[in-house]
Amino acid sequence: MSARPGPFIPQLYRVSRTQRELADTVTLELVPQEGARPAFQPGQFNMLYAFGVGEVAISLSGDPNETKTYVHTVRDVGAVSGAIARLTTGATVGLRGPFGQGWPIAQAEGADMVIVAGGLGLAPLRPAIYQVLSNRRRYGRVVVLVGSRNPQDLLFRHELEQWRQRLDVDIGVTVDHADPEWRGNVGVVPALIPRAPFDPHDAVALVCGPEVMMRFAANALRDAGVAGDRIYLSMERNMKCAIGLCGHCQFGPDFLCKDGPVLRYDRIAAIFAAREI
Amino acid sequence: MPDIEHVLKEHPFFAGLAPAQSKLIAGCARNHLFGAGQYLFHEGEPANEFFVIRHGHVALEIVAPGQAPLVFATLGQGEIVGASWLVPPYRWTFDARAVELTRAIGIDAACLRGKCEADHDLGYEMMKRFLSVLVQRLHATRLQILDIYGKR
Repeated sequence: MSARPGPFIPQLYRVSRTQRELADTVTLELVPQEGARPAFQPGQFNMLYAFGVGEVAISLSGDPNETKTYVHTVRDVGAVSGAIARLTTGATVGLRGPFGQGWPIAQAEGADMVIVAGGLGLAPLRPAIYQVLSNRRRYGRVVVLVGSRNPQDLLFRHELEQWRQRLDVDIGVTVDHADPEWRGNVGVVPALIPRAPFDPHDAVALVCGPEVMMRFAANALRDAGVAGDRIYLSMERNMKCAIGLCGHCQFGPDFLCKDGPVLRYDRIAAIFAAREI
Repeated sequence: MPDIEHVLKEHPFFAGLAPAQSKLIAGCARNHLFGAGQYLFHEGEPANEFFVIRHGHVALEIVAPGQAPLVFATLGQGEIVGASWLVPPYRWTFDARAVELTRAIGIDAACLRGKCEADHDLGYEMMKRFLSVLVQRLHATRLQILDIYGKR
């Protein structure tokens, strides 16, 4: 029996498939070059290592019930993410993980689920959506609200259309700007929250997106009557070691790589808007 | 079929108004039906009326010369279209287009302004309600201006 590798040792994975999502965003499927991939919880992340360039934290965006591959959706925003986004099928990448605390999918059973995503924030939420939909009867109403800059930048558009066909999920999509051909909502995603069909006193909300969007979304959820201890946010900072040692991702009393990235809103509300944090 | 006063009372924007105030507002109101693609009003026109959406969606657009119209907001059931009737020079600053078949109640601006001048309690109620809408839309506009989605 081989010993489990140390948390600092990247394992070798092969890119088995790539999918261009947007002009700057790619989804990669990764398979281990040896053995099986470890299980993951929706909301967790892996550290992906582009050899010779560097390592970056990327959330898992695939179905947790699909046990052979890891799926990551990567936007090219820098040297490392750009190198990873440019990987082609057959390329090798280093991978450590999965790390961090995920979404409270099991704890939320019985409640209405309100999932609020902004931009690429839909990627870390997609595994949670898969899990909720695969156990649909265990939840009350399920609402997925998605915001994007414009219709062209909408992530997972095909899948959103598929989910919209279901009668047991309410999908709300809004964009910041659109041309007159767009027949959906225009406006920011927090504005969809007061119109969404859920019971605020019996709902659990999962929110992921740019931090300023999450602040406004959390405010809108609170205004709608959702308690702070039922709102969960996926926070992002400068993850480096991913095991709570180096301190680069410290957010107040927490290390986001270990205590997060998913944190309960009431736990961070006091420091959420503080510039110094 | 419910009368216009009843419909206004049920509308979230007017919820909680005193019966006498609802009656005053209903006296300035009339029903509208806009087909898909039909404009409620255009930029620059006098803001003689504002609209309470009952069903359907309305897109707010700005047009720049030589460019396609840009939709910057959509409004739906339970929302209000237009605040320019409140402040001089009472002219619309954008276009409003029905995205789909839309039922709305139009409130005559001069009529309601006159009643608000005569009854400051009513005027204060209207100002509070419109201010709340305007603040929400200002916050939303700030987020849109930040163009936040490109950074993550």
